[in-house]
Amino acid sequence: MAFAQTKDSCLDCHANLPNLLGVSATYSQNIHAQKGLTCAACHGGDANSDDPEKAMSRAAGWKGKIERKQIPELCASCHADAERMKKYNPSLRVDQFQQYKTSVHGMKWAKGDSKVAVCTDCHGAHDLLAPSDPRSRVHPSNIATTCSHCHADADYMKPYGIKTDQFANYEQSVHHDAMVVRGDLSAPTCTTCHGNHGATPPGVANVTAVCANCHVFQAQLFATSPHKDAFATMGLPGCVTCHSNHAIKHPTDEMTGMGPNAVCTNCHTQGDPGATQAEAMYNQLTELATAIAASDELLGKAERQGMEVSQAKLQTAQARDALLKARVTVHAFRDSELKRKTDAGLAVTRQTYAAGEKAMEEWRFRRVGLGLSVVAIALVLVGLGLYIRQLEQR
Amino acid sequence: MASPVYSVRQWLDERFPLEDIRALALKKKVPVHRYSYWYFLGGMTLFLFGVQVLTGALLLLYYRPGADEAFESVQFIMTQVQFGWLIRSVHAWSANLLIFMAFAHLFSVLFLRSYRKPRELTWVSGILLLFLMLGFGFSGYLLPWNTLSYFATKVGTEIPAQIPIVGRPLLLFLRGGEDITGSTLTRMFGLHVAILPAVATLLIGVHLALIQWFGMSVPPGLQAEWQALPPEKRDIRFFPNFVLRELMAWYVALGLLGALAALFPWGLGVKADPFASAPAGIKPEWYFLAMFQTLKLIPAKVLRMDGEMLGILAFGMIGAVALLLPFLDREKPFNTRRWITGLVCVFLGYMLVMTVYGWVAK
Repeated sequence: MAFAQTKDSCLDCHANLPNLLGVSATYSQNIHAQKGLTCAACHGGDANSDDPEKAMSRAAGWKGKIERKQIPELCASCHADAERMKKYNPSLRVDQFQQYKTSVHGMKWAKGDSKVAVCTDCHGAHDLLAPSDPRSRVHPSNIATTCSHCHADADYMKPYGIKTDQFANYEQSVHHDAMVVRGDLSAPTCTTCHGNHGATPPGVANVTAVCANCHVFQAQLFATSPHKDAFATMGLPGCVTCHSNHAIKHPTDEMTGMGPNAVCTNCHTQGDPGATQAEAMYNQLTELATAIAASDELLGKAERQGMEVSQAKLQTAQARDALLKARVTVHAFRDSELKRKTDAGLAVTRQTYAAGEKAMEEWRFRRVGLGLSVVAIALVLVGLGLYIRQLEQR
Repeated sequence: MASPVYSVRQWLDERFPLEDIRALALKKKVPVHRYSYWYFLGGMTLFLFGVQVLTGALLLLYYRPGADEAFESVQFIMTQVQFGWLIRSVHAWSANLLIFMAFAHLFSVLFLRSYRKPRELTWVSGILLLFLMLGFGFSGYLLPWNTLSYFATKVGTEIPAQIPIVGRPLLLFLRGGEDITGSTLTRMFGLHVAILPAVATLLIGVHLALIQWFGMSVPPGLQAEWQALPPEKRDIRFFPNFVLRELMAWYVALGLLGALAALFPWGLGVKADPFASAPAGIKPEWYFLAMFQTLKLIPAKVLRMDGEMLGILAFGMIGAVALLLPFLDREKPFNTRRWITGLVCVFLGYMLVMTVYGWVAK
């Protein structure tokens, strides 16, 4: 196998053939080409020879088109070799093939299923770019689309009997919004929860652990909550029971309580102890959210009138923090614990609302003061005018 | 028994020539004609300067110059000090009205040709006072230490830095270093409350003394008209007739300031953060907008010369011409008077258009 050669006779000929055989103009941007690897690194043969017979000689190891079933092992021949990979990127992992063999893709591949994803399906072959390249198929912003090429194809997925709505659901989710709309590359995409090379659907017992990778506090609170054992008994998969999996919407306070949009109603019925707790939690959250909104409105009104309320506005951030903490604390599913958080926020909103009222009172005082001053000035002006007239009539 | 007022007056009369001063005041006359309302602009400018001195002195009771304290102290004035909001808003509004009034006064003097002989030095002192007022505006703008003032000062101090030879030393002098820091703030504070007021007080004294010495100017056209008409009473006494009218104008200005302060209190903005990026579309105060917009429009290179430097030199030339205008005004041999009026009209139109353009431009 050839490495880091400067001459590549394969490219010299194939670039002039009517069928480029994948050797496109962008091939030079391929990460392997940039590292100095020639076509022979994968396809074998002698890239130093200008004689097609020698260059594509089976005796020289030329393999021609690589069969799909050979791809994982071919890639692993370098990428699982720590010594070899150190020369190119010492920090690159070399366990991809080992992981792949534990994945659903790899296990089916091992059984001879040639339809399952192999390395090039996700990474590309001649157009293979570094994952950090925004154009790469495995760049965080492109992963979901890459997975959807197979997993959103109903015909392709038919033999496996799995759903194909994951991508459509993900597109509706708060995670997709964070990744695509806000451009937050740390936001979850398919591989964040399912793994990449070792891709597998998380089992019921693992769902909370997967979400906990990012949502640490929520997971800790859930672990102490009465729902943990109840869910385990009922065989419910933790977080996704309320939040769903791929179509995770932005959580709202209405998800708690017993209203039409509440998820608590999925298990609890009106009047049971859980429903009472759920309603109490909903009321506490909405009370604080309403108090913050009222304070914001009043302070905004005062500010629009030109009043200086920046300190009160800054203070409102503490109430917002309290609401944020309260929304996290919901996952303990204990209204007493939630109340401590919402009470702290309500204490702040009482102060900020009072500051807003004081500002508006001051604003009204200024108006009255202005009116009285204008009257006083007008009277002085009239008096002066009359005095001047009298003076000049003498 | 004599009244206390009479007693005090008698006491003063025995020691100072009050009667002479009173006689002089009663003797002083102010011409009355169709343009005499322009005479009030100078007095209005003086009144607004007085408001600035008074409100500025009150603000000094609480203002603390320092990058860590300035913003907080102005916030304290606006929210905690009794009527602090009123004092600061009146100070800020009055500063703007003062500069507007100074410009209005300047152009009225220009169009009425009051700068001509023998009032050349009155004009020169007036122009110097206008420059000082702009200096007050520039130095005072940074004092609240908010984002807008920080970046406006950054841009503003970069402009004189373009002047050849003295530019960079001037920038370092104004900033107290390479960047806008607490040192710049203390420099601007010193300029604003000590150096500029001292020079301004001196110049106002000279300006007023010259006005008293020469009296009010009557436009040349009117003087010719008056000579052709039969003599009649064409003046009023300065005291009390004119002074009372001026007092009415001052009251109107006071009412306007109060209304502006109550209805549109001067905002405080966000505390300056030297590490933040400049706000988009940052602009200077309206009185620097025409100059700012002109410098923005000048190409980077004009005839191989730096465009911005050329613009600054041009404005410097305009300033110098304005200062020396009375000495350029000659009826013969080139009839410069007509030229001056035409150029002033063009300049005024240009300044207005560029100010509006700068205001609406993004």
